[in-house]
Amino acid sequence: MNSTDFLLEGMINAFSLIFSLNPYILSITGVSLKVSGTATLLAALTAIPLAFALSFCNFRGRQVMITLVNTGMGLPPVFVGLFIFLMLVPAGPFGQLNWIFTPGAMIIAQYIIVTPIITGISIAAIKAVPRSIIETAYTLGGDRKDTVIVTLHEAKFGIITAVLAGLGRALSEVGAILIVGGNIAYTGSIGGIGEGLSYTRTLTTAITLETSRADISTSIALGIILVTIVLFVNLLANAIQRRE
Amino acid sequence: MMKKLLARIILVSILILFTGCIQQEHEINSTSPSSAAPQELRLATTTSTCDTGLLDVLNKKFEEANNVNILTVCEGTGKAIATGELGAADVVMVHAVDAELKAVANGSFINRTYMMYNYFVMIGPENDPAGIRNASNASDAFRRIAAKQAPFISRGDDSGTHKMEKSIWKAANITPSGTWYLSVGRGMMETITTADIKEGYTLSDRGTYLSMKDKIKLRMLFESDRTFLFNPYHVMAVNPGKFPKVNYELTIKYIDYLTSPSAQDIIRNFGKEKYGEALFIPAVDNN
Repeated sequence: MNSTDFLLEGMINAFSLIFSLNPYILSITGVSLKVSGTATLLAALTAIPLAFALSFCNFRGRQVMITLVNTGMGLPPVFVGLFIFLMLVPAGPFGQLNWIFTPGAMIIAQYIIVTPIITGISIAAIKAVPRSIIETAYTLGGDRKDTVIVTLHEAKFGIITAVLAGLGRALSEVGAILIVGGNIAYTGSIGGIGEGLSYTRTLTTAITLETSRADISTSIALGIILVTIVLFVNLLANAIQRRE
Repeated sequence: MMKKLLARIILVSILILFTGCIQQEHEINSTSPSSAAPQELRLATTTSTCDTGLLDVLNKKFEEANNVNILTVCEGTGKAIATGELGAADVVMVHAVDAELKAVANGSFINRTYMMYNYFVMIGPENDPAGIRNASNASDAFRRIAAKQAPFISRGDDSGTHKMEKSIWKAANITPSGTWYLSVGRGMMETITTADIKEGYTLSDRGTYLSMKDKIKLRMLFESDRTFLFNPYHVMAVNPGKFPKVNYELTIKYIDYLTSPSAQDIIRNFGKEKYGEALFIPAVDNN
């Protein structure tokens, strides 16, 4: 068997796995979407108000917060994973919650990774709103609340782009969720694709496992789904930017 | 127009989240045979019991009989013991006697129970440039590889296999270093794959090698060494005195099951059909 054969066979099997709606593959996709979707939603709910606060309010520690956000945008996921792991293991400070190796732990880790990204990009979007618009709002007798509403209206596409960028980052992240989630599948798929469904196994963590097992077809199938989802998210972001 | 787009985006995200939730419910329903919610047992274990598929067969019977979902984290012996020591598992299944005894002595684990064994094997290129086929024992085989400076791929991850490898180098009085000695820091399968690509030697548990032998060119070159290559697997319960939240009662049930005749039978026969020979030998057969 030469190398092209082996790739071709892998591709064919991968597509048949996807289109036969293999329950293992579907459950992994479901866990990925649920974990990254929830983390991004929670992150957006924190990040957007935070971005406005940092843009409009002058308070003590604002510069420190901005520095924290900028640092956070480049925070290595494995470090976040290690940190959350140490916080959540029963021997650690939040061990009582018993959250280690659960989807909840993965959501927390991704929330920490994604929040600075959405905040940072949102701040840039808010900054890009022309000064004249804000001044007009004041001139027309608006107070700070009205100004924020006007800015939100003007920057909304930028902010949506920020949220989608966060979602894309969360979906493709592997280092943190591998450590805090444990890459667990129910019995039947412990050692790879089988009857068991995913518990904390996501598209990215499953790819690391199936590649190490040299299960090319399953790896390719998972890779195709992951890339398709991330591509869709980015196309959406692009479409929004073009409308602006 | 823009509002419509915004509404659509929100709708899509809600749908995405919703499918995730449906998936989750479906998952729970399909894995619980009775109406009561299944209990959970968290098992931290080494890669060989996962990758060979043994646990998929072995755990299934216990889950069905007791309405349990076993959540298995596969991570190598060193990490599995550390996971148990931090209380993040109820039970561990590992293979590194010294590390196990140390962890029992420091009060992290109780009920350490012998469940099965096999032998480590030395694998390498078929033409065997270092001539380890004729070695008198494992440390002699390691000495020959070092003398020839033939490529040797090490797990380098503090797993049970890596601990065994280090003890053999120690017995051979060699500190391996140089370009011929590569430490990959990953699981057994990745290590074998690397050795296959580099045409080098490596130490493997028998189970993982047999499960991969059709995909690789490397051959088993040295095995029958009861002094150095004996590879026993033990299960240990995380000490409930240290971590009150562990499910100790269920753990004891699981350990009893693993040493019961029905589980020992599964171990004895596992792999015969798929690999032509058994991968593990149950503890009851130890002589």
